Amino acid sequence: MNLDIQREELLISQLADLLKNDKHVAVGAASPIPGAAALLAKEEAKFLNKRLRVTILHSNKYNNFTDGARELFDCAAQGRIDTFFLGGVQIDGQANINLVGTGEYPKIKKRFPGSFGSALMYFVVPKIILFREEHSPRTLVKKVDFISAPGVSERGVYRPGGPKYLLTNRALFKFNKNLKKFFLCKINEKETVKNLIKVTGFDFDVDNKISQMPNPDTNRINILRDKIAPMISEFYPEFANRIWGI
Amino acid sequence: MKSFDELSLKEIVDEVQDGFILGIPADYSGVPMKFTKELIKKGVKNLKLYCLPLTTIQGDMLIGSGCVSEIEAAAVTLGEFGMAPRFSEAVENGKILIKDSTCPALHAQLQATEKSVPFMPLRGVIGSDIQKHRKDWHVIENPMRSSGVREEPVLLLPAVQLDILVFHAPCSDRNGNIQIGRRRELATLAHASKKVFVTVEKVLDIDFFEDELSAATCLPALYVNGISIVKNGAWPCALPGVYSSDNEEIKKYSLAAKTKEGFGEYMRYCL
Repeated sequence: MNLDIQREELLISQLADLLKNDKHVAVGAASPIPGAAALLAKEEAKFLNKRLRVTILHSNKYNNFTDGARELFDCAAQGRIDTFFLGGVQIDGQANINLVGTGEYPKIKKRFPGSFGSALMYFVVPKIILFREEHSPRTLVKKVDFISAPGVSERGVYRPGGPKYLLTNRALFKFNKNLKKFFLCKINEKETVKNLIKVTGFDFDVDNKISQMPNPDTNRINILRDKIAPMISEFYPEFANRIWGI
Repeated sequence: MKSFDELSLKEIVDEVQDGFILGIPADYSGVPMKFTKELIKKGVKNLKLYCLPLTTIQGDMLIGSGCVSEIEAAAVTLGEFGMAPRFSEAVENGKILIKDSTCPALHAQLQATEKSVPFMPLRGVIGSDIQKHRKDWHVIENPMRSSGVREEPVLLLPAVQLDILVFHAPCSDRNGNIQIGRRRELATLAHASKKVFVTVEKVLDIDFFEDELSAATCLPALYVNGISIVKNGAWPCALPGVYSSDNEEIKKYSLAAKTKEGFGEYMRYCL
């Protein structure tokens, strides 16, 4: 079979690695790559006799909720979700995320959809993975134009959750809450640290155990293409068609 | 057979007055598209859209058609088909007021009305620019001695009552109970609305309350002011469990609506 790994498949594989010890992963709106990663991790967990629960909001089949759209937020606030994914039009060095738009609010220059549930989920889910494919000075900025949800909170604010990782198509960062700073830990094989400094709008540190993003092995790619891709086409048909032609 | 009088779609549209707060269901809970198009034809003005918690093509069409002065939402988007172009354009040019919110806050404000209490507390949100720009929200210190953390800052959200809610559902029974399945947010919307109208694919000659399963998944008729049978009433949006969205059509809209002219042309064809 053709083992040319597509960019999206590499990202799905990176995300799946971050879900290995979870019990419940939830996936929100407009998230085909996180959705595929969660279903892949669930499938692989079966081989280890582990059970990973996956809730995909935009699916009827992979959705564990019956109490309406608020249940995701109630469930997260109760601490029943280990991992959730958030994106951003802009993400800054303190892990603040902006899903609203660029320019000075409310006189915004370019308007994006809005904050969704980020302003609660970021606070209560222990492992938030920030995911933004485009890694450039316009997406990873020194300071966001609008804070949909802050990366860190003042003392006293209820905050059991927060950012743990940031994945882009060039690199994986870990977030250090105490230092309020990202640490570069994995880079795409086509990248250099020098170039990443150039294309990242905020300052970051480099982890001393920095490594290359591993390509998914044949086994994983087979599961992804044979088993996960058809599942994804139920709720992200455009994406599944573009990546896997189904 | 039926113990209620069926309304025409026009009668439902006539219930919507200029300036009303209109409840908007998310794309997964039964978007009343046929109703929306009739509403646009009527030329209603200054609607305040309250989205639970987001809107897609419905909100974008109403905004593009000049029916909306204000929108409260956590997101306006065409999902896989990108941004909602008429919404973005209207916000960028200051044509509408957007009250930016976040999903759980939109739920909580209606839950306050469900319980008939003046506000509802919510965790999170504090320190965001959403909170900073919402002058109608307040932060207090937790006053409770027996629950939560003393002196913890907690956000309070005002109760919001909708003037009118319209949604589309698979069916009603002969007594006017509406099947909503697991889409319980429709019940939240209905409980918090002064008037509720539903378009349905069909009316079944049964009583949902005779069976535990169907009783648990319906919105009781006591919350419903009127029902109209509208076939394919959510198209091109999906009706969960009945039909999926017409992605070709939504894509067509997303491309046409990129410009004011394209949107106008699309609307002439679709109305």
